[in-house]
Amino acid sequence: MTAVDTDILAVAREQVLERGEGLSEEQLIAVLRLGDDRLEELLQLAHEVRMRWCGPEVEVEGIVSLKTGGCPEDCHFCSQSGRFPSPVRSAWLDIPGLVRSARETRDTGATEFCIVAAVRGPDARLLSQVREGIKAIREDGNDIQIACSLGMLTQEQVDELVAMGVHRYNHNLETARSHFPNVVTTHTWEERWETLRMIREAGMEVCCGGIIGMGETVEQRAEFAAQLAELGPDECTMNFLIPQPGTPYEQYEVVEGRDALRTVAAFRLAMPRPLLRFSGGRELTFGDLGTKQGMLGGINAIIVGNYLTNLGRPADQDLAMLDELSMPVKALNQSL
Amino acid sequence: MSTFCARCGLPAAEGDHERCAALLASIDPPRFCGDCGRRMVVQVTPAGWVANCSRHGERTSTSPSVG
Repeated sequence: MTAVDTDILAVAREQVLERGEGLSEEQLIAVLRLGDDRLEELLQLAHEVRMRWCGPEVEVEGIVSLKTGGCPEDCHFCSQSGRFPSPVRSAWLDIPGLVRSARETRDTGATEFCIVAAVRGPDARLLSQVREGIKAIREDGNDIQIACSLGMLTQEQVDELVAMGVHRYNHNLETARSHFPNVVTTHTWEERWETLRMIREAGMEVCCGGIIGMGETVEQRAEFAAQLAELGPDECTMNFLIPQPGTPYEQYEVVEGRDALRTVAAFRLAMPRPLLRFSGGRELTFGDLGTKQGMLGGINAIIVGNYLTNLGRPADQDLAMLDELSMPVKALNQSL
Repeated sequence: MSTFCARCGLPAAEGDHERCAALLASIDPPRFCGDCGRRMVVQVTPAGWVANCSRHGERTSTSPSVG
């Protein structure tokens, strides 16, 4: 076999681009170890894979925190854990506020609105608020697709969300299984996996991803991408650590831009078909130029506007960027 | 000028708040009342934020310095 035959990008071109088969964990390690001199080539390939298997459209989503702070879990990256001296105080968004947020999101042209709560799992009060909120959003004449992220679920709660018309559920595995106990100790990776299994079986779309930059090794990044590929989500959401004041990761460094771009491309080569969404931390990690490079390196979905506790760029800036890149925004009711 | 840093809550006149200012201008909403340094209840929404100080009232992304 010649050197060209064993070059990981040549292999990926044939395996992922031509056949639509994601790279293995071992192959992903090779991708993540590519030097900066191969980065442009890697991003180009990831972009070709995205265009071939997903098309040019970009799914735009807005998110809002329905219940902020006071979470009993100890996810070390999160400013909403009640276990750390974070400046984030508990807050509940009322129904009129939720309706306004959904309207603001729809007005950007987004097709997806995700309602998020910082909880281990939803209690009856939270589910009631979600039910009333969705009803009020519909009564406002807003037909945006609604996703939820409410922590770990029971089967009964999964069924209830399906009955409410929630079409997608976000539940991140956060990081590689081998690294998870270093990040969260109050629940397990396997408990998260179980919720994801129930969501899938109930017919809701699965959104699952995590956060890059939490002290994981290159091997663990590859492991994580391979585990996500095994799950087979409809959407994979990629966050990049924002070191939050008061959390155990307060002093962590922001992921270096080229390293982050390499990771985006590797995730696309692991998962040729799902939506791959730029989520929290992209402003800090990538800046304007890096965001464009990411959009041309495998990403085909973005969150516009603000996040849960952090601010994002104004939506019109991102929409102008997509226009400049000739990437149309996915229309409502268009299948993935 | 505020008496307290809206990001870290420390007196604005003490220490270096250059990084705080940069983050407040980009990714962080205010978390502390500039008048008294109390932690505020902050709701971030897709297009803005609302912050409430129990002593000095509401500020919003469209009226950030109104106490």
